[in-house]
Amino acid sequence: MNERPMVRIQSVRKRFGPLEVLKGVSLDVPAGEVVCVVGPSGSGKSTLLRCVNRLETIDSGRVWVNGELMGYEERGGRLHALRPAELCRQRRGIGMVFQRFHLFPHRTALENVMEGPVTVLRTPAARARREAGELLDRVGLADRAHHYPAQLSGGQQQRVAIARSLAMRPHLMLFDEPTSALDPELVQEVLAVMRDLAASGMTMMVVTHEMAFAREVGDQLVFMDHGVVLERGHPREVLTAPRHERLRAFLGQVG
Amino acid sequence: MTGEERADADLPVDADLPIDAVRPVRPGRWVAAAAALLFLAWLAYTVVVNQNLHWDVIVAYLGDGRILGGLWVTIQLTVLSMAIGLALGVLAAVMQLSDSPVLRGTSALYTWFFRGTPLLVQLIFWFNIGLVFPTFGIGVPFGGPKLVEWQANQVITPFTAALLGLAINEGAYMAEIVRAGIRSVDPGQREAAESLGMSHRQVLRRVVLPQAMRVIIPPTGNQFISMLKTTSMVSVIAGAELLTVAQRIYLGNFEVIAMLVVASIWYVVLTTIASVGQHFVEKRFERGHVRLPSRVRRNLRPFPKEPS
Repeated sequence: MNERPMVRIQSVRKRFGPLEVLKGVSLDVPAGEVVCVVGPSGSGKSTLLRCVNRLETIDSGRVWVNGELMGYEERGGRLHALRPAELCRQRRGIGMVFQRFHLFPHRTALENVMEGPVTVLRTPAARARREAGELLDRVGLADRAHHYPAQLSGGQQQRVAIARSLAMRPHLMLFDEPTSALDPELVQEVLAVMRDLAASGMTMMVVTHEMAFAREVGDQLVFMDHGVVLERGHPREVLTAPRHERLRAFLGQVG
Repeated sequence: MTGEERADADLPVDADLPIDAVRPVRPGRWVAAAAALLFLAWLAYTVVVNQNLHWDVIVAYLGDGRILGGLWVTIQLTVLSMAIGLALGVLAAVMQLSDSPVLRGTSALYTWFFRGTPLLVQLIFWFNIGLVFPTFGIGVPFGGPKLVEWQANQVITPFTAALLGLAINEGAYMAEIVRAGIRSVDPGQREAAESLGMSHRQVLRRVVLPQAMRVIIPPTGNQFISMLKTTSMVSVIAGAELLTVAQRIYLGNFEVIAMLVVASIWYVVLTTIASVGQHFVEKRFERGHVRLPSRVRRNLRPFPKEPS
């Protein structure tokens, strides 16, 4: 319908003390596309992802999601920081999946998925429960609804975490190394859920080391190193003919 | 077993190799246990046959109306001051973790002052607050007009002074316990909740505090049990709790030791009940935490069964 990207990151800089983690990063994620961000550890890829939903504040630059400037409002020619309630509203539309799942350990799988709709959206409990059940079914865990996170495998926990994010009906999903904490035999079940999600048209930003996933599902591959975007393009082209020596070295290491 | 494919079938395998081990003999343990039993028997004997303890008096006063009245005041003081203390503690802990330096400073000042001065001094101070502020009122602060006004001497009874002293002092300690509990929750939990769009208050109430409770409950149970006995300090301002009542009685009948034993028996009964209650509350907040079977408990069995 329009040319507006779902995410527009423009000249973002972020510093942790003396260390500049992001040195002016720009990136567009068109609606409906899957953008995979790869790079060695310490390259700033996770920080970039966390700047999109403002788990980290940025030092300079702009981040727009769905056409809205994240965290600020422009009035009278200058920026005003948003009130906390406004920031919460912006975050509602952005799902996030973490490397270490971060399910709520005191709630069952079903209660984890219901938590957002009931607490934030004020959805009636009965409806939230029904929809949470459907989402658990979608990630293949209908029979685990009443298990606590500690009773689930890592792969199952991560699928519940994805369902928990989807329950907020986000227009964008962020994945921060979603399979890095998993035993090798559990990686595929999570990637399968993500593949289905991509096929359903969800806009996704995925920080990952899974090159096969990036090649197969990604519409765009971004290689970051030392806080800058070194290479960007269609995954097959970038992975088959990397232009940068550093990307070649990185691909040699991850296989 | 047969029919299954096994890669170790070429190695010598017996169908069954039971472990029928003999326990090592540990004479030292038996000697120590015998010595402890002997000591306990001697202790019990001297207490029971001692004529100066007046067991008949102790038994007679255990159910005395005045003692039971004091017991009730002790329970009231404990429950109320712990409840108010917990509320103050949560408030102070949340202030301590806030972004505002003014709120952090106010909270720090509170814990610094009330942990820094003896409870005994605070109790006497609250009881005599009328010497500093003869009247209390609600109205415009800094010397403005008052809507309502009370005489300190009427408001400050031994009970209210005791409650003020115990609760405000307890709040300062609870603040540290609650703060430690909140800090024990994985920061990722907060981030996950914020990513769902929860406000600060929702994150605290729905995600952080319920998990912090696991860390907060055990020391709070400790504080509660400690508070049951700390209320006896209120006897310096004649608080009408258990010890005050026991003292009043022995001032009349000179049965000092017997009355102290009566009070002690009731304190032990209260703390025992509180310990059992603590166990059940802890279990309630263990939700979602899979417990590993306890090896320690099995090893604690005094006389391990000989394997048959």
